[in-house]
Amino acid sequence: MAQHTAHDNHDSHESHGSLKSYVIGFVLSLVLTIIPLVVVLNDMVEGTAAMVVLLVTAVLQFVVQLIFFMHLREEQKPRWNLMALILGIFILLTIVIGSIWIMTYNTVAH
Amino acid sequence: MAHQQAHEGHHDLESLRLMGFWLFLITDCILFGTLFATYVVLHGNTNGGPTAQELFAMPGVIAETFILLTSSFTSGLAVLSMNQGNRKGLIGWLAVTALLGAYFITLEVTEFVHMVHEGATIGTSAFLSAFYTLVGTHGLHVSIGLCWMIALMIQLSKRGITSVTRRKVNVISLYWHFLDVVWIFVFTIVYLMGVM
Repeated sequence: MAQHTAHDNHDSHESHGSLKSYVIGFVLSLVLTIIPLVVVLNDMVEGTAAMVVLLVTAVLQFVVQLIFFMHLREEQKPRWNLMALILGIFILLTIVIGSIWIMTYNTVAH
Repeated sequence: MAHQQAHEGHHDLESLRLMGFWLFLITDCILFGTLFATYVVLHGNTNGGPTAQELFAMPGVIAETFILLTSSFTSGLAVLSMNQGNRKGLIGWLAVTALLGAYFITLEVTEFVHMVHEGATIGTSAFLSAFYTLVGTHGLHVSIGLCWMIALMIQLSKRGITSVTRRKVNVISLYWHFLDVVWIFVFTIVYLMGVM
């Protein structure tokens, strides 16, 4: 096919992204890195609010990398990659939140 | 199209290998999850030694963050060049990515050496044990990625873009994006929350 040799609009049928999507992803990542930096270094918000800003921007950046750089959305069905990722995140959150929860109420450590 | 169909069986095997690598990344995610859990639980136990606030020098860490972020972008550009059949562009962007990665590692090692000179070693406190293990494991991943990337550049210059090297480039680019994601969480949870 003509488009296969030209490769101009290959992103319409190949799942490898385009320059535009990489640039958008990069700009979003930069913005999502600068926001928490400014917030923390200038002491704009404190305590729990600052924690929320930090975690939300980190998770958003994770999503940006998944979509714009790792092309997770362009995966074809059945979406094994996405399912494996969800299982992995579930295990990860169980380990992290479970550890924090247990150790917070650990009377031996305190 | 005919060329693609001729390699249909081959292509399926390569995409299966790509998925196998994805599964490895998920397990690596869990590995980092346990290290993060350890760090979060132990970060207050400084044993009279330096705390995160006294220790971390943010300018270097901010530089590391932007360098790794840019290298994640350039590894994407390498894949883009490959999809356009541009071997020179592919090797060039991989080289840029590797150089940024090497610069990142240099900054990190310098930071570690500086901290050890200040008396903050891995044995000083539970906080520092967890810190060096977490950040060091990430640094080790980046170093392995660097060696791998150099080997791949040599292979690409010898064999060109084939279905096998194409898969390898896709795999290493996934790996590199993954390392950037892990660093974002190191940056947020260890450094930003540490100096807050």
